[in-house]
Amino acid sequence: MSDPILSIRNLTVDLPKGGDRPHAVEALSLDIQPKEIVCIVGESGSGKSITSFTTMGLLPKALTPSSGEVIFDGQDLLKISASEHAKLRGRRMAMIFQEPMSALNPCYTVGNQIEEMFEQHTDLAAAERRARTLRLLQEVHLPEPERIYTSYPHQLSGGQRQRIVIAMALALDPALLIADEPTTALDLSTQAQILHLLKELREHHSAGIMFVTHDFDVVAEIADRVVVMKEGRIVEEGTAEEVLNRPQHPYTRLLIDAVPRRTRVERDSLDGRPELLKVAGLEKTYHVKGNMFRPGRIVHACKNIEFAVRKGETLGIVGESGSGKSTLVKCLIRLEDPDEGAVWVEGTNIAAFSKRALHPYRKMIQIVFQDPYGSLNPRRTIGDQLVEGPVNFGRDRAEAMARARELMKIVRLDPEALNRYPNQFSGGQRQRICIARALMVEPKVLIADEAVSALDVSVQKEVLKLLNEIRDKMGLTVLFITHDLRVAAQVCDNLIVMQQGAIVERGTVDKVFGAPSHPYTQQLLAAQPGQGWDVPDVSKLPPVSAASGVGGVV
Amino acid sequence: MLLYILKRLGLAALVALTVSAISFSLLFLAGDPAISIAGENASSEDIAAITERYGFDRPLPVQYADWLVSAAQGDLGRSWYFDLPTTQIIGDRLGVTMTLGLLAISFALILAIPMGVAAAVRPNSLIDRAALFISVVGQAIPSFWFGLILIVVFSIKLGLVPASGSDSWKHFILPTVVLGYYATPAIMRLTRAGMIEVLSADYIRTARAKGLNPRKVLFKHALRNAVIPVISLAAVQMGFMLGGSIVVESIFALHGAGFLAWESISRNDLPVMQALILVFSMFYILFTFLADVLNAWMDPRLRVG
Repeated sequence: MSDPILSIRNLTVDLPKGGDRPHAVEALSLDIQPKEIVCIVGESGSGKSITSFTTMGLLPKALTPSSGEVIFDGQDLLKISASEHAKLRGRRMAMIFQEPMSALNPCYTVGNQIEEMFEQHTDLAAAERRARTLRLLQEVHLPEPERIYTSYPHQLSGGQRQRIVIAMALALDPALLIADEPTTALDLSTQAQILHLLKELREHHSAGIMFVTHDFDVVAEIADRVVVMKEGRIVEEGTAEEVLNRPQHPYTRLLIDAVPRRTRVERDSLDGRPELLKVAGLEKTYHVKGNMFRPGRIVHACKNIEFAVRKGETLGIVGESGSGKSTLVKCLIRLEDPDEGAVWVEGTNIAAFSKRALHPYRKMIQIVFQDPYGSLNPRRTIGDQLVEGPVNFGRDRAEAMARARELMKIVRLDPEALNRYPNQFSGGQRQRICIARALMVEPKVLIADEAVSALDVSVQKEVLKLLNEIRDKMGLTVLFITHDLRVAAQVCDNLIVMQQGAIVERGTVDKVFGAPSHPYTQQLLAAQPGQGWDVPDVSKLPPVSAASGVGGVV
Repeated sequence: MLLYILKRLGLAALVALTVSAISFSLLFLAGDPAISIAGENASSEDIAAITERYGFDRPLPVQYADWLVSAAQGDLGRSWYFDLPTTQIIGDRLGVTMTLGLLAISFALILAIPMGVAAAVRPNSLIDRAALFISVVGQAIPSFWFGLILIVVFSIKLGLVPASGSDSWKHFILPTVVLGYYATPAIMRLTRAGMIEVLSADYIRTARAKGLNPRKVLFKHALRNAVIPVISLAAVQMGFMLGGSIVVESIFALHGAGFLAWESISRNDLPVMQALILVFSMFYILFTFLADVLNAWMDPRLRVG
């Protein structure tokens, strides 16, 4: 093996005093070779991003590396001055970030922002800088480089912006590329393209890539080597093949066990159950207002949507951003008024009901939103927020409180916690509170709108399990809105796939996954990361050896 | 960009029209204008003659249209007190006010923006405390008192600058400081808040990850984004300084348009007041328009769809 590009030895980064643990990263050692993709995997708070920021010299001021070495280009990055570190950034090491939407300065053209790399680090003449920039745009497969060059970030899509950030990172052919969750904020097909691009870059450049992610399917897609982190420590390290198929550490096994399987848990047949919710010919268009100089645009967000869900069924609605699934949900719960069509709830068409007539039906359909942090009022106790719904529908407060206690038990939270405020709960706990809140008014239909997308995989697994349990126990009908096919496959009975406002595919999970008929579904399935990987059944692996079972460094 | 400017221009024209209607109606809000002109001891014949002469008996819309057409031609009526065209009286005084206003806003910007930036780069540092102190003091001190103190210290005790008049550039130093200091706190705090927000933005992290030198990160990437709202605020402040410099002009005996407004009120010279309100409003609209254009030039999200 050649000399590593980056060699981290016993790195410890301190957290500010009073945190839940003393170190963000503890005694971490890691090597990255040229042309190698090393994935650092872990859940939120595992210290994986801190590791990458330390290497880049971009740590927030509150965090300080207290011991260890980060050897790069023959020098210890922890010992060089800030300005020396800045000289390495961009030229010798470059970074790709998670949020392509906000990673570029809105005030300058992307061409200008890429060219800055050459301005800062080289003596190239203006014409040469421009030519190199255009070549980079081509290399990251952006169409019409000339046009893109003069575009501003807000004129480009998320995927395009991420390509710009990648082009920027590649400008000076750095020896080390750090990618911090570069595809997490992107659609499935864009993610597949970006992953493909990164693999291509490994072939054509000699850079070593540190790839930070929480997604084992992405790991399976791209990694040569894997490092698993938990609470600031490395718990397992090895080749991708070893770690993915024969994980040794219990935590790695837990994570891999939580990876959504492609197969569904078998359920009783739904035949003969009554239809609870039925939608027919639903149309919704938005008019984007024009003005005296520009004609308005019409966005057809829902085109002739038609489906039915039986009592106790889970219907998955799958689509990428902009597919119209959110608009559909808003029409179903009448946060938006559909232009045309019918929404039958137990045989009553509520699509054209007035606000007043709608009121009693409101409680029949409840929703759990994506962001567990934003959807609870931070200034009111959980209890207050739970009883608000039933009280609003005329229930006695004490009675509602009793129900709240009961539901807290069902979502496996301590009923005593009703007096507490949302900030005292973790993301997964908050999402369970949101589920409890939705159930307070005893709905018939529960809509989960990307309800697990923001959660770590292990937490995601628990919430999904909980949703299934509640559905079976209470005879709920669930609409499961997601962009993630893997999750949909696990919990849904039937699926509909939406694209540009229309349903392009429908059927049982097995049919949609096994024999997709629409090109778009086929494309989505093909874009799925980690397909070559058969997720091992952790329960059938040999028991954890004593040496690695103690949670220390392997 | 052109489209945007045209749209803003159309909007500005609408605002101007509305303001003109309001300032026209002022004449009638104070009661029958003929009685005001005639004075306290006038006979009913005198009032009738005046009504006849000024055409106050015509329907209001006709009078407004008439007034609007003359205003567009640069005729804003005659002063009741001086019996001279108001435009001539105001024109004589506007130079001083404009000079003072531009100097004061420049002073405020030159003081406030660097301080705001410095305070944002090191929050809670000594610089930040100092900037906060300066801005709190600026908000708390009444400008007439501050003006008098400056006169006592710099004109009377030290004899460095003249205390009153508008004959040379030296006469403008103290009024500029007083009026400019008044506008400083708001601009500085907005700059500071904007910079703190922008400095934590993802694109600043990107700029640092590119290895750009800190000056470039700060001035090219951060300041431009942070200063966009400051431009709008400065335009509003500038408009305010034109009309609101009455106190400062009185203290330093700068006979500008603000001072004229004060004089006209005491003389009950309605046409001059009316014309001043219109002129001030037009400048206000002009500055807001210029700020909009400048903002669009700075922020591509405003100019390219």
